[in-house]
Amino acid sequence: MGVARPANAQAMSVDKATVAKIASLARIKMGDEELERMVPELNNILAWVEQLGEVDVSGVEPMTAVIPNHLRLRDDVVDADPLTGGGKRDDVLANAPAAEHGFFGVPKVIE
Amino acid sequence: MNDFTNLGVKAIRDGVAGGDFSAREVAEAFNAAVAGAAELNAFILTTPDHALAAAERVDADRAAGKPLGKLAGVPIGMKDLFATRGVQTTAASHILEGFEPEYESTVSQNLWNAGAGMLGKLNLDQFAMGSSNETSYFGNVSSPWRKEGTNAAMSPGGSSGGSSAAVSARIAPAATGTDTGGSIRQPAAFTGICGIKPTYGLCSRWGVVAFASSLDQAGPMARDVTDCAIMLEAMAGFDPKDATSLDMPVPAWEAGLDADLRGKKVGIPREYRMDGTDPEILDSWERGKEWLRDAGAEIVEVSLPHTKYALPAYYIVAPAEASSNLARYDGVRYGMRELPEGAGLQDMYAATRAAGFGDEVKRRILIGTYVLSAGFYDAYYNQAQKVRALVSRDFNEAFKQCDVILAPTTPTASFPLGEMSDDPLAMYLNDVFAVPASLAGLPAMSVPAMTNKDGLPLGLQLVGKAFDEQGVLNAGLAIEQRAGFSARPEKWW
Repeated sequence: MGVARPANAQAMSVDKATVAKIASLARIKMGDEELERMVPELNNILAWVEQLGEVDVSGVEPMTAVIPNHLRLRDDVVDADPLTGGGKRDDVLANAPAAEHGFFGVPKVIE
Repeated sequence: MNDFTNLGVKAIRDGVAGGDFSAREVAEAFNAAVAGAAELNAFILTTPDHALAAAERVDADRAAGKPLGKLAGVPIGMKDLFATRGVQTTAASHILEGFEPEYESTVSQNLWNAGAGMLGKLNLDQFAMGSSNETSYFGNVSSPWRKEGTNAAMSPGGSSGGSSAAVSARIAPAATGTDTGGSIRQPAAFTGICGIKPTYGLCSRWGVVAFASSLDQAGPMARDVTDCAIMLEAMAGFDPKDATSLDMPVPAWEAGLDADLRGKKVGIPREYRMDGTDPEILDSWERGKEWLRDAGAEIVEVSLPHTKYALPAYYIVAPAEASSNLARYDGVRYGMRELPEGAGLQDMYAATRAAGFGDEVKRRILIGTYVLSAGFYDAYYNQAQKVRALVSRDFNEAFKQCDVILAPTTPTASFPLGEMSDDPLAMYLNDVFAVPASLAGLPAMSVPAMTNKDGLPLGLQLVGKAFDEQGVLNAGLAIEQRAGFSARPEKWW
């Protein structure tokens, strides 16, 4: 394929400690072995996306909307859409792994 | 007796409306075909009762002289990324296993309103992240196609690989797909069927499990261009529940189909001719030019200078959006929960997500989290969004010189399952021709062109101006009429 991987992958590479930090930010538990496996995989991908640095983007605004569109306002009516308007507690809780007394159940947060 | 599974969408709709056969007979035939094709693993869940109930409503409506919908009597496959009320919706993930939505996605509801029924929920790459259908928690999907003279299981493409396998195996006349960076077009090309990703915003994203929201777009996969047009008419439409839904009427694409391309210009992007591209892919491209010329079009060379940067930009933007979208899977509101002994809330989140997500999903969440993290946001995410603006600008410039762009859909034909799964980057490169149109939100379609020396299908891609689905469909029809693609996989399942 025509997309080359840069030889110098040093510029923005991650080590095991960095991957552990990212995994913690993303709230994904990872053991040592998994972290070690991820390091070269992520570095390969990061080295490859590094080529974007070659592109002259001076004066270019980052894209925010791919197709020109404007955000609409709906009429200020309660329950304008009965499906999403509220009053659906039991439906909302129906798929919760632990629902108790009409609430989402979670492990103790404050000792 | 009629073998209804040989019929496509239009033939079924017209036959049911004309009283040639009943919707129930059709549903029964496809239900049986689905039940007999378990080896393909195309479906995560089959719903024969749904298909039968929809068919019976259509037959009753017809008997009562009521008007019939655009898809009356057509049983379809539903990619398991669309929320279906009371029917398990998994995104092919463990974390959503057992999730039964309390609501129906807009696109699937539109299809049921048009008289379609559901054969089942189709397998896919987990959270639509993959190009080979090897990342599903529910196992790989096998393409019905095999290389001539071998028995190796081949990839149906991804992420809509259950959809492509089902349609090409003729166990469903049509299926829904979603396309974030090629997930309709690449599997369509791999299996010798048609698939169209419409302009971003044409099909509602409401109720579609989110991957990368600025790119995700639903579309149909079917055996031919006409069937895609019929399906798309039923799927599309303004939806106030999706903030990016386009408030415009749905055109009558089926009625507008016209393969006469006189006066049209077809652009050939020179940057798509990359080093190392399979010569048979280049041959199919040459044939495509000839077919469109024969249909009356003029062929012009165009330039899309930032093509090479589209894929790396995509692999920043899409994981960034995914890392944000998938933050919702926390083991609290829906989906599975992993609660180790004595774990607190934070431990529960981390354990749940570790157990619930597959490797490719984790990889992309980590990439996305990294590129959005403090200190890297400008260097990665903002830079990628600027490059994305340039990719889009390239298309705008090219469309000053042409009406539609012709390119290969993929750089290779289908490959054996397992051949690329240990090299994520090599897998990403399979979407090199598909991703640019995704970044620009443009309508793009794959139609079958030919089979290669191994007897595997190759697809051609048509990319149109925003909102010009008709132009894309018409050029696709012109190719379809001339390509005469009639190859079918030999039944082994």
